[in-house]
Amino acid sequence: MPDALGFYRTMRFIRRFEERAIELVRAGEIFSGIHPCIGQEAVAAGACGALDPDDIVLSSHRGHGHLLAKGCDPGRVLAEMAGRVTGIDKGRGGSFHPSDFSAGVYNSTGTVGHGAGIAAGIAWAAAKAGEPKVVLSFFGDGAVTQGALLEGFNLAGLWQLPVVYICENNRYATTLPVETAVAGTITGRGEAFGIPSSDVDGQDVEVVHAAVAEAVARARSGGGPSLLVMDTYRYHGHHTFEMLVRLRYREQAEIDAWKARDPLDIQAARIDPADRDRVDAAVEAELDEVVRFAVDSPRPDPADAMDHYYADGFRPRPGVSL
Amino acid sequence: MPKLSYLKALNRALGDEMTRDESVFVLGEDVNFALTNVTAGFLKKFGPDRVLEVPLTEQGFTNFATGAAMAGRRPVIEFQIPFLLLLVFEQITNQANKFLMMSGGQRSVPVTYLMPAAGWRAGWGAQHSDQPYSMFAHMGVKTVLPATPTDAYGLLTTAIRDDDPVVFFGPLAALTVREIVDYEDLRPIPLGSGRIHRSGTDVTVVALGHLVHEALQVAEDLAEEASVEVWDPRSVYPFDWAGLAESVSRTGRLVVFDDSNRSCGMGAEILATAVEEMHLTAPPKRVTRPDGAIVGAVPELDAVLQPTKEQLAEAIRTVLKSPGW
Ligand SMILES: Cc1ncc(C[n+]2csc(CCOP(=O)(O)OP(=O)(O)O)c2C)c(N)n1
Ligand SMILES: [Mg+2]
Repeated sequence: MPDALGFYRTMRFIRRFEERAIELVRAGEIFSGIHPCIGQEAVAAGACGALDPDDIVLSSHRGHGHLLAKGCDPGRVLAEMAGRVTGIDKGRGGSFHPSDFSAGVYNSTGTVGHGAGIAAGIAWAAAKAGEPKVVLSFFGDGAVTQGALLEGFNLAGLWQLPVVYICENNRYATTLPVETAVAGTITGRGEAFGIPSSDVDGQDVEVVHAAVAEAVARARSGGGPSLLVMDTYRYHGHHTFEMLVRLRYREQAEIDAWKARDPLDIQAARIDPADRDRVDAAVEAELDEVVRFAVDSPRPDPADAMDHYYADGFRPRPGVSL
Repeated sequence: MPKLSYLKALNRALGDEMTRDESVFVLGEDVNFALTNVTAGFLKKFGPDRVLEVPLTEQGFTNFATGAAMAGRRPVIEFQIPFLLLLVFEQITNQANKFLMMSGGQRSVPVTYLMPAAGWRAGWGAQHSDQPYSMFAHMGVKTVLPATPTDAYGLLTTAIRDDDPVVFFGPLAALTVREIVDYEDLRPIPLGSGRIHRSGTDVTVVALGHLVHEALQVAEDLAEEASVEVWDPRSVYPFDWAGLAESVSRTGRLVVFDDSNRSCGMGAEILATAVEEMHLTAPPKRVTRPDGAIVGAVPELDAVLQPTKEQLAEAIRTVLKSPGW
């Protein structure tokens, strides 16, 4: 388990990584734009901090924090976002669909909510193989109105699979407030399938960690799945395209109120200010290297565009035959 | 020598692969009681961990299979009705089939989607009678459509061993076909390898799925008039373009007999490719379903909406009579 300073370091790293990434979006180095997770760092750091290295994470479109907290090489994550061949997926997953099997990150689906069933399948296969692995499946509040997510809950509950479902309730699905989308409650959805479910303060990394650690322990000992609903908030737009189009779907006062409970500040209050300064400087130095590695990495060769479509090397016909 | 039915071939291929490879398992609705007979005897032989009875939760269990495949298993999902493949079209084409590429080649998703009763179901209505194999070819998913028990055995075996997602269509109208075989002769058949069922010199008829058997009857009926080659691609994606080109290079004329809907169906793709890339001495024709759906409920209506032997004979005559381009 990370100590108080370790949690702070992970969150600080995620926040500054995202801020540096936004600079790279502006600079045109990250062509796709990104879904920044700034404001939600405590969920990634606390949840992944409760895992063993062999445990598995399924991420979402807002997933950079999950990858970094799970132990992916930050330089290769940033290179992936920038479409470089040194990226964890050779640039073919991008910011949106990264996976890194060497770090146990199996998938980040762009189809909101559809990781839940995939998580159940991974957990089932691991359990049948006698491997004591736990699968963490992240998704947003927008996913809880998706039937496939509930089908995944049903299978996980039915077969008591070692999955911990983590809903990052950041109050919005793009512009849609959660109150205008969700009938009943999010925890009620888990309870309906016999899955222990609870709301958690997603801004306090130690609270997140304790809740996830308990759910992971239950899953690992054969006690089945859990659903944890993290109350959290994203400070930035849904996607960096919001830097170009001003969407006014939330009040500044609301954003300010959430910033008053900033996860980094909450954790910083628990550590020595001198340690904090030391960590901040070390993070900056490491990120300079990370950014240099990503930006200096080669771009892909267009001749390789159809690589990896099929496992046996079968190459699809090109769009024109002359 | 024993008589092998199409369904028995599926049962045998799946059972042989489950015996050979511990990572293979089957999941589906009513598989415990082997509603379709494909999993007959399996529960007793392989146990409930490898014969996984699932609730009616197609998107859930199709994603589940993707996850199990990522974790090293080889799931075979049995689907009961063609439209269920449409219900999980996203899960197959977007989650499973793109994953190897999106992961930069890190991990493939070896799932087999087995649809052992595709096509028209007499009297079951429009919703149960689709034949959507062209849609999977369109999305670049490996897709097979064997016509005979031997090919069904060989292609199901290959599909299960293949490291990519593969959709297997067993045409309902071919399930009653039986073949005298020596079990020793059953073996995997590579994807993308077509088969000449009957050699001919005047025209190539590309027949798909159960229509292979009807095309063979038409070829026989027309034997006095013309020498008809009946060629079966066996897999629609990848497609044996070289094999087709070879046949057409001998006959110069082409008719496609395809149970897809007309717009954007395999028939359209085969004609387009032949015209673009092969040497045809006369304009080709296709015989397909109409655009959109068939009625499915009434034999008189469906008989005229599905591709028929009479239409094929007519199309062959027209193509043979054509003076050329
Ligand atoms: C099934 C599906 N519907 C719609 C979209 C388009 N979309 C992408 S992200 C998003 C909002 C997701 O909101 P939420 O799940 O709360 O996650 P957040 O963005 O807040 O982290 C939408 C509508 C999608 N990718 N998948
Ligand atoms: Mg949200």
